[in-house]
Amino acid sequence: MPIVLIVAEQQPDGNLRKASLNAISAGKALADKAGAELHLVLLAKDPAKLAEELKGTGAKAVHTAAAPEFEHYLAETYAPAIAALAQELKADYVGMASTAQGKDLMPRVAARLKAAMATDVMAINGSGADVTFTRPMWAGNVFAEVKLTTPVKVFTVRATEFPAAATGQGAAEVKTFAAKVEASKTKFVDFKEVKSARPELTEARVVVSGGRGTKGDFKEIEALADELGAAVGASRAVCDAGWVPNDLQVGQTGKVVAPQLYIAAGISGAIQHLAGMKSSKTIVAINKDPEAPIFQVADYGLVEDLFKVLPALRQAIHGLK
Amino acid sequence: MKILVTAKRVEDPESKIKVKPDGSGIVQEGLKYKINPFDEIGVEEGLRLAAKHGGEVVVVSIGTKDVQEQLRHALAMGATRAVWVNHAGALDQLGIAALLQKVVEKEKPDLVVLGKQSIDDDQNQVGQYLAEFLGWGQATFASKVESLESEAEKNKVPAVALTADGKAVRVVREVDNGLATLEVQLPAVVTTDLRLNQPRYASLPGIMKAKSKPIEELTPEKLGVDVTPRIQVLKMSAPPARKAGIKVPDVATLVEKLHNEAKVV
Amino acid sequence: MDFQLTESQRALQDAARKYAREVVRPKAAHYDETSEFPKDLLSAAFELGLINMAIPSEYGGLGLSHLEQVMVCEELAWGCAGVATSLIANDLANLPIILHGTDDQKKRLLTPFTQKVKFSSFCLTEPGAGSDVAAMSTTARREGDHYVLNGSKCFITNGGYADQFTVFATVDKAKKHKGITCFVVEGRPQGLTTGKHENKMGQRASNTTTVTFDEVRVPVANRIGEEGQGFLVAMATLDNSRPLTASISVGIARAALEHSLDYSAQRQTFGKPIREHQGVQFMLADMAMNTHGARLLTYESAWVLDQGQRNTLQSSYAKCFAADMAMKVTTDAVQVYGGYGYMKEYPVEKLMRDAKLIQVYEGTSQVQRLVIAKELFK
Repeated sequence: MPIVLIVAEQQPDGNLRKASLNAISAGKALADKAGAELHLVLLAKDPAKLAEELKGTGAKAVHTAAAPEFEHYLAETYAPAIAALAQELKADYVGMASTAQGKDLMPRVAARLKAAMATDVMAINGSGADVTFTRPMWAGNVFAEVKLTTPVKVFTVRATEFPAAATGQGAAEVKTFAAKVEASKTKFVDFKEVKSARPELTEARVVVSGGRGTKGDFKEIEALADELGAAVGASRAVCDAGWVPNDLQVGQTGKVVAPQLYIAAGISGAIQHLAGMKSSKTIVAINKDPEAPIFQVADYGLVEDLFKVLPALRQAIHGLK
Repeated sequence: MKILVTAKRVEDPESKIKVKPDGSGIVQEGLKYKINPFDEIGVEEGLRLAAKHGGEVVVVSIGTKDVQEQLRHALAMGATRAVWVNHAGALDQLGIAALLQKVVEKEKPDLVVLGKQSIDDDQNQVGQYLAEFLGWGQATFASKVESLESEAEKNKVPAVALTADGKAVRVVREVDNGLATLEVQLPAVVTTDLRLNQPRYASLPGIMKAKSKPIEELTPEKLGVDVTPRIQVLKMSAPPARKAGIKVPDVATLVEKLHNEAKVV
Repeated sequence: MDFQLTESQRALQDAARKYAREVVRPKAAHYDETSEFPKDLLSAAFELGLINMAIPSEYGGLGLSHLEQVMVCEELAWGCAGVATSLIANDLANLPIILHGTDDQKKRLLTPFTQKVKFSSFCLTEPGAGSDVAAMSTTARREGDHYVLNGSKCFITNGGYADQFTVFATVDKAKKHKGITCFVVEGRPQGLTTGKHENKMGQRASNTTTVTFDEVRVPVANRIGEEGQGFLVAMATLDNSRPLTASISVGIARAALEHSLDYSAQRQTFGKPIREHQGVQFMLADMAMNTHGARLLTYESAWVLDQGQRNTLQSSYAKCFAADMAMKVTTDAVQVYGGYGYMKEYPVEKLMRDAKLIQVYEGTSQVQRLVIAKELFK
């Protein structure tokens, strides 16, 4: 039986990265279409706790390898271990969430497996040997259906396009394997977390973004985001003006997001911003200027001063609970 | 320090991309082409490193004669010379990385700096493939702690820092929830993220000088690489059009719609 | 015939476009509003080689063809016509030296411009002698190895910031245009004063002053050409500079067209974007067609110079057509915008004010027509 192997990711804080659960459900969908078995793999200094969590996600088996070198992720130590397991299992597909780690690691795994790779898979089509992937190109302006023709196929999935796999169902067999850790030419120095109680922009279910209309005052944006459990985003103009950190930039040259709900406040909607958010399921635009291009992609538009709307919106949403 | 940088030819990020009605590709007519913005950041970082530590920046691109325009752009920015791999057909990331591997083996640079992805394919793979093929260390998504408004940036200080013994580079990487710092032994592969630097403009004197800088021509055959694509693009389509939205008169209506119609709050 | 730009022409155009878009545009409204001298923009232009484009490579310049210069200039004007005028003012002032100077004069008087930010002013127009150059009243009196200049010039671009002046004066008023002689005044010597910055309708980023000469001494070594050759020097200079001023019109018109295309797609009336109304389409089509027509005339007039031929006719066609075209296109752009177009918050009224100047300076549209007619009757 063909095998789909999904790589689970441990965060620096020891927890499972949420996007892994979305990748697992993508793996399940792929396994169903390809008539394959779903296996998971996790590398960690001590994988026991997360293996318990992964056991209940409906996979056939969870493969874990423990090594002190796995404490801090490095592509050079992870890729050989994962590629060796894939070869041992004769895996047909190896996938992971399109996180920073997934994007760093999987091409290196693919290189070892002489495999072609699809990044940011949004949909899985076809069946059996004819499975194809849909993935975005040109910052989401084009959806391409691609077929990988190498014996082993590698991919990363865009987490927001697949539901998170439920945990606590079924009990996969947990198998440990001995990963040979190769000497690395790369040394981990440190990781500085940018502390935020808010979710990661690219993973968030709701994003509240502010533009030039905020004049740099993000208090109301942040308050609404916290009410909704949302991530905070920004337009390029706002980042370039130095009003908010650069890593909040949503757009073609920043982060590409596709949440369930995107609220754009005081954002005019330059092409390059739209490219970063127009795949969102529901878009709300709040802008004083009725001619702002953002209204052309918005499901719901409100022509009003954001400083009036946001507090009222926050209270109304609070009232729903 | 010898640094190899890349200059892929891509559609101008400002241009509107439209899919052909038959889904076989994008409409080329009226498009403008540029150096991949992430590669341009790589060229800039290479130039800063060469300025600080001495050495040369060699730029490589793969494609038809048209890519000479992007090579000349990098030369106008200040790269010393260029390598052009002349190839007309489709290429996938495996093929590109295999070609670059051969160029690297020929040029023997200390560092290869590439864009983390090209803004056409958006695959984000080539640097990592290349590092593995070469057996080198990699630092992807290179960024920096200082802002693009900082003094360091104004003074064109390279963000990729050579260690005291000169045998490794220290790279700050933009990853989920924070910044990770790695030290990678040379030779190494670095891929650039958007915040690494603000590329310099090509100046008119730079452009005039670039005219006489050498471009060496190679081919996949000369390099002994089979570039038959192993990714088939079966069909391209435009993203599903958004249904026409509505304007709502007030916050109450908005919340009602979000709650009952879109069911997102 | 080849209408395809070369790779290096495209590269030059791209470089200028990037400067215009990212450096000039964000500040264009500010300098229009304040009428301050855009020192930062001009210094940035110097770093990028976007000033002194006409200086030959033997004297430290870039050796750009005339065609390349107009391509670059269109981009600069697309960013801000006032800034473009400030940038090409040096070329206008230095063209007499480039065209008629000796090797020694070129070395002394041109090369410094390639080494640091430095401005020069072309001083031809006088309060009583604009189009009628022969009516010039500024005089040059020979005293040993010097000339002494007396008189007043007006509407002088960069007058307040220049430290070199190319001055036309007559050695003998009775000889009319045959008395006119060209001199280069270095620095700001005693007796040279400049007036206050004029409060202009448009192109407000460019500095414009009067320049007055009161017993200003110029060495004979700084006389460009012979005594009495000044009129020819001035006319040859204007033949060379008209393609550049034409390209400023093209740049302004292109900006007006692009704004109009964007706005007409956004602005809705009667349930659809206004660009779907035929009346607006006609205007947009005319704007595009005339902008491109002017560009081709401009290219041709520069190309003729590159062939080493006289371009008096072609450059007058180009300058006159482009200036009148830009006035019409920018007026229509305001029309496309409707009431908003008349407001300073929107970018098109500035273009209309900027365009007007080109029908006036470096030979009015009427003077261009006289030149054209004269050429036709030859």
